Amino acid sequence: MCGIAGILNLDGAPAEASLLRGMIQVLRHRGPDDNGVYADAAVGLAHARLSIVDLSSGHQPMKNADGSLWITFNGEIFNHVELRETLARKGHVFATTSDTEVILHMYAEAGEDCVRHFNGQWAFAIWDARKRKLFLSRDRLGIRPLFYARTARTFVFGSEIKSLLMHPGVERRLDLVALSQIFTFWWCLPPRSIFQDVLALPPGHSLTVERGDIAVRRHWQIEFGIEPNGHADVGACAEQLRGLLLDATRLRLRADVPVAAHLSGGLDSAVVAAFTRKVNDTPLKTFSITFEDPELDESVFQNEAVRRLGTEHQAVHCSTEDIGREFPDVIWHTETPILRTAPAPLFRLSRLVREHGYKVVLTGEGSDEILGGYDIYKEAKIRRFWAAQPDSKLRPLLLRKLYPYMRDLQRQPDAYLKAFFRVRPQDLASPFFSHLPRWELTGKLQMFFSRDVRAALRSYDPCAELEQQLPKDYARWDPFCQAQYLEAAYLLPAYILSSQGDRVAMAHAVEGRSPFLDHRVVEFAAQLPPHLKMKVLDEKHLLKRCTTDLVPASVRRRPKQPYRAPGVSSFFRADGSGAREAYVEELLSPQRLQRDGVFDPVAVEKLVAKAKRGHTIGVKDDMAVVGILSTQLVLDRFIENFSGRAGHGAV
Amino acid sequence: MERFEHQLRKFIVENFLFGDETMPFSNEDSLLDRGLIDSTGVLELVAFLQQNFAITIADDEIVPDNLDSILGISDFVGQKLQARA
Repeated sequence: MCGIAGILNLDGAPAEASLLRGMIQVLRHRGPDDNGVYADAAVGLAHARLSIVDLSSGHQPMKNADGSLWITFNGEIFNHVELRETLARKGHVFATTSDTEVILHMYAEAGEDCVRHFNGQWAFAIWDARKRKLFLSRDRLGIRPLFYARTARTFVFGSEIKSLLMHPGVERRLDLVALSQIFTFWWCLPPRSIFQDVLALPPGHSLTVERGDIAVRRHWQIEFGIEPNGHADVGACAEQLRGLLLDATRLRLRADVPVAAHLSGGLDSAVVAAFTRKVNDTPLKTFSITFEDPELDESVFQNEAVRRLGTEHQAVHCSTEDIGREFPDVIWHTETPILRTAPAPLFRLSRLVREHGYKVVLTGEGSDEILGGYDIYKEAKIRRFWAAQPDSKLRPLLLRKLYPYMRDLQRQPDAYLKAFFRVRPQDLASPFFSHLPRWELTGKLQMFFSRDVRAALRSYDPCAELEQQLPKDYARWDPFCQAQYLEAAYLLPAYILSSQGDRVAMAHAVEGRSPFLDHRVVEFAAQLPPHLKMKVLDEKHLLKRCTTDLVPASVRRRPKQPYRAPGVSSFFRADGSGAREAYVEELLSPQRLQRDGVFDPVAVEKLVAKAKRGHTIGVKDDMAVVGILSTQLVLDRFIENFSGRAGHGAV
Repeated sequence: MERFEHQLRKFIVENFLFGDETMPFSNEDSLLDRGLIDSTGVLELVAFLQQNFAITIADDEIVPDNLDSILGISDFVGQKLQARA
């Protein structure tokens, strides 16, 4: 796992090695073990290395035997062993045992289609000197990040945005459309980033730069069947899923360093840890987070899983003060506004993992998206069921089954709960039926935008833009699959795998690997009939069924509790005595907001006053505080006071 | 009563609209339908009424019939105060 960066000067000017060194230096947290720069005429590649596979000869950028191909690579090709054998039979001669070299040879063999052979998580760039072509690719699910920018004279790319911002040609300007998307969906639609000049290469895409032309092509897409196999035998499907997950875990244990695992107390990480124990009998080290608030803390289930799985466990406690204190560093790594503080405890967790000497952890990410774990799927099912008989007295009672872990929501009187989840006649035909209550609630946060920002966005509709991007068969998919697509194609790469995944893990040079994100597992799950994923209201039904002998019954049977972290209480004391940290006061002050111009100082002042009163505030206000503060941090650290180093804002 | 309605309107504008007065609404408008109050908002409203008018609102009284418009709330609170007196 590593950081990559590079330049291709379109006007033919020589790529400056010093600039490349600056661009890779800012990614040093991703790869502290080694670094390298290759510059030849107009092209330059740079690499910061975290050594995991082939510790002795995996130095990058790496070239092929005749020097006609150069690569800088971040990630893992898990099936490199098998690919190497296939390629060797075809006459390819390898100089190292690294997966990096396998990519080079596979590219020499299959060209841009090389990626179809990979089982892995990658972001890489290959300079094809003969064709004068730069080839960039990102893995299917978007596990590893890759950003690029085109200026008048240059094409620039890097693992993180901060690397691109080190290039003097890339301007640092906020993209208001992206901001509007984040303040609706939680994430921005690819290829946008929060910076106008910086684009994300979307998951499952490759990009070429040839003779000054940039072309972006899709190499993979998650496809839900129009007619999933409704008669599939549940026993056979469970067995197949188990086999795939076991093999996905086996491949993800390939490393020349020891591999640890997360153990959150939930089903997914317990399943992964259990499969790991099955694949090998070496002791397994596991890590988790604990909270003060019993509504968020999962220690009881963590301990139970530890006992049953016999792991060596280490937990890190995360207090509200910790989140408030570390939040600016977290935003330095997420490089985007966020509406929840959930990445902050994960930032602490990766530091713990690193302090214990581990570079690789197995995780359970992706399971909720692809195997039907999220409450939003359940919510949509209940709303649709109710809408079929809107006058039913009994059907809306099912709404009480939703979000049992959310105290505030459970305190809602029936009539108001019904109002929040109500289905309007026009909603049933919406491609976003499942997500409407959530997006409408989140969209209201835009009331805090300044008059100028609201005017600039007056005619912009994020949902209309998203609708343009949907796959052509989307409308014919089962509604359950539509909801799954929105989570798997957008929320997963643009928030879960980035702000809660790669970015906070790599902040401390820790690589996450999830067996659920093996594309064979994802493709299999996508074709399963929805009732095997959520049987009536039993989430992840098939996963539970195929792991009954592996995870403790208490973990398997507990109601699903998504991972959450304290929000507004991380920034304001509950006793009404004000902000915990000086930067919070400063960035949310009317003067500062006025100067920055993104948010309305009067509205934010009232919100802050409400937060300071220390009363419990609702989900929407909580998201508003976190969203506004994180946006202000992005402005401060990346636009106004960018220095290429963490902790160097004005406040 | 007019003073009460004014006070209530001020609370709604300050607390749910954060001072935004570009969304005019009448005393009869449904707070739910106009999106002026969301799911947790009603609990804040109840806390405000209990605190400011020294009344107690039971769980089964937290229904849109009682609390969904400025006029409705005004009637509801009026009855409560009368019953107490």
